[in-house]
Amino acid sequence: MPDPQNGTRRLSFREAVRDAMSEAMRRDPEVFIMGQDIAEHGGSQKVTLGMLDEFGPERVRNAPISEMALTGAGIGAAMMGMRPIVEIMYQDFLTLAMEQLVNHAAKERYMSGGQLKVPLTVRTQGGAGWSSAAQHGQQVEGWFAGIPGLKVVYPSTPRDARGLLWSSIYDDNCVLFFEHVQLYNLREELPEELEPVPLGKARIMRAGEDVTVVALGPLVHEALAAAERAEAEGVSVEVVDPRTLQPLDEETILVSVRKTSRCVVAHEAVRRMGFGAELAALIQEKAFDWLDAPVERVGACFSPLPFSPVLEKECVPRRDKVYDAIMRSVGRK
Amino acid sequence: MTELELKTFLQSEELERFLARMLVIRHFEQAVEERYRDGEIPGFVHLAIGQEAVAVGACSALSPGDVITSTHRSHAHALAKGMPPRVVMAELYGKVDGCSSGRGGSMHLYDVERGYLGSSAVVGGALGIATGAALAFKMHGEERVAVPFFGDGATSSGLFHEAMNLAALWKLPVVFLCENNCWAESTPFAQHSPVADLTERALAYGMTALRVDGQDVEAVFHATAEALAHARSGEGPVFLVAETYRLAAHNVGDPQEYRDRAEFEQSRATQDPIVKLRGRLALSDERFAELEREAEAITADAVEFARHSPDPDPGDLLEDVYA
Repeated sequence: MPDPQNGTRRLSFREAVRDAMSEAMRRDPEVFIMGQDIAEHGGSQKVTLGMLDEFGPERVRNAPISEMALTGAGIGAAMMGMRPIVEIMYQDFLTLAMEQLVNHAAKERYMSGGQLKVPLTVRTQGGAGWSSAAQHGQQVEGWFAGIPGLKVVYPSTPRDARGLLWSSIYDDNCVLFFEHVQLYNLREELPEELEPVPLGKARIMRAGEDVTVVALGPLVHEALAAAERAEAEGVSVEVVDPRTLQPLDEETILVSVRKTSRCVVAHEAVRRMGFGAELAALIQEKAFDWLDAPVERVGACFSPLPFSPVLEKECVPRRDKVYDAIMRSVGRK
Repeated sequence: MTELELKTFLQSEELERFLARMLVIRHFEQAVEERYRDGEIPGFVHLAIGQEAVAVGACSALSPGDVITSTHRSHAHALAKGMPPRVVMAELYGKVDGCSSGRGGSMHLYDVERGYLGSSAVVGGALGIATGAALAFKMHGEERVAVPFFGDGATSSGLFHEAMNLAALWKLPVVFLCENNCWAESTPFAQHSPVADLTERALAYGMTALRVDGQDVEAVFHATAEALAHARSGEGPVFLVAETYRLAAHNVGDPQEYRDRAEFEQSRATQDPIVKLRGRLALSDERFAELEREAEAITADAVEFARHSPDPDPGDLLEDVYA
């Protein structure tokens, strides 16, 4: 609800994403969205609810189940000067669009010697925590951070979601924008006026002295909870949210690690070959002399995401595993 | 499938211009083969020898704002769309004066200003892009058409069907131009298509389809013009199948062990679109030789230009990874 007194609104993560898209579409006829079930239905997670009424079916395009053609069409429209947003219902279904993203969206500019740009935003969501099982809950953001030409954004708060999505829409490259299903109802007081957040700038979520936790998406909140618990044990934890995997704000991460001399990297995606491995490599390459302990990695176990709530809880890391990693890092465990 | 009615015929001057363009493509491709075999051109190259009439006939029917996409077999489309032969050849050489400063090569030619949105070397890979370009035209209210070229092999790919469905559903101005050259690399048509007439593929999408003799440049021109008019009128996309022949190997160096020698020689003897057009125009030997000399000169100039163009600077390697 708007609060005219102090010019703020309390928005959920879901509403913040919608707000960024709607504001861009109000100001700019080149912005439009297409995806499955996004019109009357408002999308599988209701992110686009109400947008059909405001913008009509030409700009809120309900699409057949054709992730590959839809992504290709987004690339083609972007090449012709538009700024399309393609919603992929679950990030698991990015696999169906993988060829277009990897071979085309990422490479058109390079292969054309700079003749083309592809200002396409691909929004998608997913994540564990509700027994969505092996094909509706895996985290794949790290795959795309390894593709030169793509940008990868993964916000953890409503404020960042709104500001980063705006920047993604107005970036001249293809941006993959990951939303975690467990964050959609997270609420935050936001200024009435949209504040863009630049891609490639990490955010220090909590200052600390003894250990740095670099965390993505929902693990940012798990890390903050783990930090509170560690604080009670006398361990001061700094939590850094990179917010964008590509481009990556190496400097903010390295400055933090050089200060604390210890680091935990944490994400919900599978630990092995995960983005955390790249962070660990970065830290040992550029901050080795400052390290007092090995970099601890927290991530899901090397398994398809299980259905059973008991198994899912075992597989996916939450605050306890982050806490344990913090304590190992300071030699308390 | 709509039967074509050729109500008008082109003047012989116009057809002679088509012949001249086809000859430039033929000589260009022959030079590419020679320069490749001599080790001057890196990578691998796919020649469009035998398919010149499709590229020239179709591109000659386009309006200035129309766009095309191409495939790994891209040189003919690039030249027919008006790319300077020098720039194409320099790209094949990987040189800095190439259209992509040597970053693309034979399979990734681009000339965005001239409406050539590039060649995708993933079979069928550009069909979504062409569909999206057409979506932008429609949303902008522009009377432009997108024409993706692709081979018969692409009609078995998933993206072909998704893009045909989407374009038909949204009535987008696309002419899906399939060059049926009878081969999907080494796999003959009968081994990859369950239907003998590819236009039947369009039935599932309620899409207008046309079939044309791809060795007859005038027929290709008229069929493309008709398809473009349909797409431009807002009535939706057209599936245009040009029946052609690959009178060359899949790529230079492919010994074509899979191909019957007699069939290949027979096709070369009877299905050459240049020979057909020459016969139809009843050109004198002298005039034909003159056109050949012009094509040779253009090609030789392109080769010399490419040879003398500098290599890219390794320091520029990371330029254009991101905009």
